[in-house]
Amino acid sequence: MSTEQTVLGNETQEYFINMGPQHPSTHGVLRLLLTLDGEIIRKVEPHMGYIHRSIEKMCEKDSYQQIVHLTDRMDYLSCHINNEAVCLTVEMGLQLEIPERVKVIRTIISELTRLASHQLWWGVMGMDLGAITGFLYGFRDRELITDIFEETCGARLTMNYNVPGGLMFDIHPNFQKRTKEFLAYFKKKLPEYEELLTGNVIFEERTKGIGYISKEDVISYGVTGPSGRGSGFACDIRKLHPYSAYDRVEFKEILYNEGDSYARYMVRMDEMKESMHIIDQLIDNIPEGDYKAKTKAVIKLPAGEYYQRVETARGELGVYIISDNKKSPYRVKFRSPGFSNLSALDTMAKGCKIADLVAMMSTLDLVIPDIDR
Amino acid sequence: MRIIKNIGQYFGEIFHAIKSLLTGMKITGYYFFHPKEIVTQQYPENRDTLKMFDRFRGEVVLIHDSNNEHRCTGCSACELACPNGTIEIINKKEIDPETGKSTKAIDQFVYHLSMCTFCNLCIIACPTDAIKMAQTFEHSVFDRSKLTKVLNNPGSKLMPGIRE
Ligand code: SF4
Ligand code: SF4
Repeated sequence: MSTEQTVLGNETQEYFINMGPQHPSTHGVLRLLLTLDGEIIRKVEPHMGYIHRSIEKMCEKDSYQQIVHLTDRMDYLSCHINNEAVCLTVEMGLQLEIPERVKVIRTIISELTRLASHQLWWGVMGMDLGAITGFLYGFRDRELITDIFEETCGARLTMNYNVPGGLMFDIHPNFQKRTKEFLAYFKKKLPEYEELLTGNVIFEERTKGIGYISKEDVISYGVTGPSGRGSGFACDIRKLHPYSAYDRVEFKEILYNEGDSYARYMVRMDEMKESMHIIDQLIDNIPEGDYKAKTKAVIKLPAGEYYQRVETARGELGVYIISDNKKSPYRVKFRSPGFSNLSALDTMAKGCKIADLVAMMSTLDLVIPDIDR
Repeated sequence: MRIIKNIGQYFGEIFHAIKSLLTGMKITGYYFFHPKEIVTQQYPENRDTLKMFDRFRGEVVLIHDSNNEHRCTGCSACELACPNGTIEIINKKEIDPETGKSTKAIDQFVYHLSMCTFCNLCIIACPTDAIKMAQTFEHSVFDRSKLTKVLNNPGSKLMPGIRE
């Protein structure tokens, strides 16, 4: 299996080590079974299921309104986008006309969610590589976004602000003011991020050329989101299949071709700028109108199959609903981005050192409840 | 010649490395000398002045007015809307003193705070706006049974005119 079993006449032996399930750098209960030769990784085998809550099965007994709040608990850092995905699928099934106001508000909040997620990722990435300062800075700025969410949606993390047909309530009168304040503030702070981490020599040494994955591998593993775009795979659902208000805004799809940890890092850094650019275009143009289309109290989807894709902060989330015209779905399947992204870890990590694995997992931006569901 | 070039490169790299570290240090240094920009909340100390946002979902409460009357008819819409069985409506039969007919009224509005996911679905489901989210958040207790609450006050009644 390995090539250098004998180094300078000394016999080396492969051995196994468990990383996780309670390891701080796995960001959750993920267990990686590593096959090592000294410090060199020969194989990574992820073992999942430690936080499996059978969300898909629970959906089969819940009404369509209730399903939405379960998706908060998948990828909790993109919870608004997950909610939106379910709502869009249900609305597609009902062939419901959604007010323009809802579309724009959903898009703004989705982009704020993406920003908050990337801020947290940036902080945690720094922490994984030993820079605790970054962690605190990331959380400091994310706090302002969670304040916006708390004021408008009523919760900081599991917001459950979408309902099939629209939004739970209208935006708070302060929403636009606060969002604009935040944008003005964060445009000044983002260069700080770059100065703290991007150009840092230790950081560059630990990410450049590490965790390489080719575009072909990315496509065959189904890696999407910033991790896929770091290898030059154009997979942004917002561009390919625009939903909500993404068809009327102008933004760039960030692509890097290097395929290493540093490229994946840079994709997210640039995406933050694009997200702010999207919000800039929409925040002053929220159309007047209802915040919710009329729906029946008991929603029954016509029998059939429905599939909707959205772009979360981690990649492509697909919601697949089979309905048999009852008030709960017959079957729900979530195509979660984290699961596919994790599958590429073995290819990335082969031949690297253990410490590099931590950096790689950070740049994959795994959220474990999203993988296990 | 090659050695000199390599040496130059070597020192160049060291110089670049130190510069990049100093750039980062500049930022941390800036905040060290500008403590005003710190955004941390002094939580337990600021308890008296800390005000949560109006929409913040802390726990479900049943609204009572000063006459100890509430607007809950016992229709169980909230119980049905709740995804995880957090609410249990226990009804009783009551004889209406005016008409003499027996009607349904709530006996106990049981709320299991420990199971609530703060999804707000019960609040938007209630046809009479009888319940709302309170902004409390200090929920930790030593005994789990304390998290099961009866929300209707003892002796409380339905507000007149709600059922129609
Ligand atoms: S907030 Fe959600 S979980 Fe809590 S009682 Fe209401 S419906 Fe149930
Ligand atoms: S709180 Fe509202 S929804 Fe629940 S039983 Fe009372 S009236 Fe019905």
